[in-house]
Amino acid sequence: MRHASLGLMLFAFWLALSGHYTPFLIAVGVVCALACVAVARRMDTGDAEGHPTHLLGGAITYFPWLVLEIVKSAWTVSKIIMNPRLPISPTMTVVDASQKTSVGIATYANSITLTPGTITTHVRGKRLTVHALIRGGALDLEGGAMDARVTKFEGGA
Amino acid sequence: MIAILIEWASGAMIITGSIFIVIGAIGLVRMPDLYTRIHAASVTDTLGAGLLLGGLMLQSGLSLVTLKLAFLLGLFFFMGPVASHALAQAALQEGIEPLLREDRRHREAGSGESGEAR
Repeated sequence: MRHASLGLMLFAFWLALSGHYTPFLIAVGVVCALACVAVARRMDTGDAEGHPTHLLGGAITYFPWLVLEIVKSAWTVSKIIMNPRLPISPTMTVVDASQKTSVGIATYANSITLTPGTITTHVRGKRLTVHALIRGGALDLEGGAMDARVTKFEGGA
Repeated sequence: MIAILIEWASGAMIITGSIFIVIGAIGLVRMPDLYTRIHAASVTDTLGAGLLLGGLMLQSGLSLVTLKLAFLLGLFFFMGPVASHALAQAALQEGIEPLLREDRRHREAGSGESGEAR
């Protein structure tokens, strides 16, 4: 089931990038998609980690939320950069991830890095080391609002 | 009418995106050390690139070009943090010490259920 969805998505990707819809090229696309699925199957990468279809429902609400967070923190960092006094207070901290799967933890770590002003520098088990541009950014992460949001996304909501 | 609105919105997005890219570049110069510079650069490749690509998507309307720009945005979205993380981690492992106002790495994190700090 997961492999069927992987094949369909690969074929859709082929069609989108190709732009030429002659029978020959479409047939080649089908063959390529099938070959990729076969390789993914052999390598065992088309599983819940490599092709997480179960996260689609959560992604619909999670990504808009994340984009809003990115815009807010990019604005904060831009103001700091343009401030003549450059009011930074670099802080490093550790936060615990409450997600159960490795996809969930990777999503959390990447979300932290994606929002300007915070970078995940180290992941060991469920403990993330974070570098923040301002102290407030580190304290926000310690508060765990983003962690809770990612856990909700992982649960499919 | 709608065509003019889209044209204006597209222009506004391209200009604001460019402004954020310049702000990121200024930050890259102004920040004191490697880690804070990565923070400045991330303004460029999130808001800067996002607005710029969004503006270009409005220019090209409903077409395959727009879809390809959307793929590009997705690539930035998923690969950008991986690159930043790899850079920061490599620097830390090489022993480049970050300039810190406060080091909270050894505080008791939350419930403390997962092993040693760091």
